[in-house]
Amino acid sequence: MTSPALTLAVPARARRRRARLGQWQGLLYIAPAMALVIVFFVIPVLFTFWMSFHDWPLLGQPEWIGLGNYMQMLKDTRFLSSLRFTAYYTVITTIAIFIVAFPLALFVEKQRRGVGFYRTIFFMPVVVGLATASLLWVWLANVDSGLIGPAIRMMGFTGKKVNLLATFDSAFWTIIVMVVWKVAGFTMIILLTGLQSIPVELNEAARIDGAGRWQRFRHVTLPLMRRTIALALILSVTGSVLAFDQFYIMTSGGPQNRMISVVYYIFNQSFVSFHLGYGSALSIALLGILIVLSVVQLRLLRVGDDK
Amino acid sequence: MTATMQARQRRKFWGGFGYHAFGIGAALFFFAPFAWTGLASLRTGSEAQSPPLPPWPTHGISFDTYAVLDTFGAGIWQHTFNSMVVALATVVLTVIVSLLAGYGFSRYRFPLKNVFFVLIIATLMIPFQSILTPLFIILAKLGLNNSLVGLVLVYVTLQLPFSVFMMRNAFDAVPREIEEAARIDGARDLTLLVRVLLPLVTPGLASVAIFAFLNSWNEFLAALILLSDNEKYTLPVLMTAVRAGRLGAINWGAVQAGVMVMTIPCLAVFLILQRYYMRGLMAGAVK
Repeated sequence: MTSPALTLAVPARARRRRARLGQWQGLLYIAPAMALVIVFFVIPVLFTFWMSFHDWPLLGQPEWIGLGNYMQMLKDTRFLSSLRFTAYYTVITTIAIFIVAFPLALFVEKQRRGVGFYRTIFFMPVVVGLATASLLWVWLANVDSGLIGPAIRMMGFTGKKVNLLATFDSAFWTIIVMVVWKVAGFTMIILLTGLQSIPVELNEAARIDGAGRWQRFRHVTLPLMRRTIALALILSVTGSVLAFDQFYIMTSGGPQNRMISVVYYIFNQSFVSFHLGYGSALSIALLGILIVLSVVQLRLLRVGDDK
Repeated sequence: MTATMQARQRRKFWGGFGYHAFGIGAALFFFAPFAWTGLASLRTGSEAQSPPLPPWPTHGISFDTYAVLDTFGAGIWQHTFNSMVVALATVVLTVIVSLLAGYGFSRYRFPLKNVFFVLIIATLMIPFQSILTPLFIILAKLGLNNSLVGLVLVYVTLQLPFSVFMMRNAFDAVPREIEEAARIDGARDLTLLVRVLLPLVTPGLASVAIFAFLNSWNEFLAALILLSDNEKYTLPVLMTAVRAGRLGAINWGAVQAGVMVMTIPCLAVFLILQRYYMRGLMAGAVK
């Protein structure tokens, strides 16, 4: 056995050296991730700001125009109507998703035979792409070759052809049904994690105190799920504000160009009309809206903490 | 006595009946569109334009719709190949990059560590839809516009917040004693990471890989903007051409076939690796 002093001294020096070396090694390990994030994320974000102050055509010299793009935005009625449409869509989809997903979550929470099977089936549309789902449903909703219209006609509700995508309202609700079909399983699983984190004893205690099923749901389940509900709300709202695929694929923004969402409008300005500067300014506006929404929602989450 | 037992049993039966009636009804709503498309896509070419009532082929099974789909763009094999290459390359790169970064963030101390970590996670707050314009220009400057490589790099970046977060947690859950023991046995750095730690974080990596695959396979908007060459289109972009139709007529058989080609890999990955998928989802949700 060597003396304790010696055994301590050597590792101490070695450890210090390793710590100094470790600093660089740590940076080395995260370097690839940081490089990607900086090149494909941080720089583009900064670049968006820079571009938004320019008149930036696809070819030719960009020209500094200060706040010109932003002034134009405020007077751009098509942009304002895309904002209105996106807000309307976001509110309706979110409500529709919750109306479907909450009962499903309560349904799959109980440990009964077949519950795993049901969970899997309800979740299946979540894993396919939104573009795929849009294609599938645009076929189902087609007037001549689809399922829904011809089926309604066959059952004798009407003698005329049923074209779901011809008017704003029916096209809008078709898209809502498609999105609910695609997303409800996801919201269901999020809500399920919240339901499962509620201690069983609490519900038992409420039951013994004579609370009915609705009272238990209202006064025990809901308050304890605030955090989860807030999370599901955030994901649903953010997803809806950024909606693009379904409008592009299912209705091409129609009927009468009334289904242009904000992202769709940015896409048109930047990559159809090639007003890259204006598109960037619109992107910054979208970013601002999302940050405001995030702050509001984070407050919602914090309210969840207090309770 | 028997009366109450009978009543209880009857209630249990009807309770179970109601439960499964609801379950099967809901399951039909979620599953029917897949089944309907799958069956309809097997009808003969002449049938494909008529409404899918009944959905199954009445004139015998055929692959006409898939043959028609093959006449779009550069052929369905080419586009499936493009999508597969993009998805698999995204998976491999995401796994490597997030494995290294997760290890670095979990086990090392270095200056600005928290700043870097927050920077990666913050990308979740900013939707990539809002930075597509500069991304388009930067990729052009790097000579990566209209290239699958550029698309893969963008997809990997989009996967990083979730993946790095996931892998850091996976490494945090591995006891340090295991590493200490391996170090004493002479394993160092990369050897240590690959030989000793990799098996321990494989479940986390599986989640990372599944999400990377599904998200890159399904992504539409970025591919639509960044790819301009017909031959390089991934499946969702190809399908916009099918959806647009030829001479004003849309071949719905080709749409059905395309939906199936895009759907089957997703459902297969999900059904086979469901456990890891759900674990990843819960980890993200609980956070």
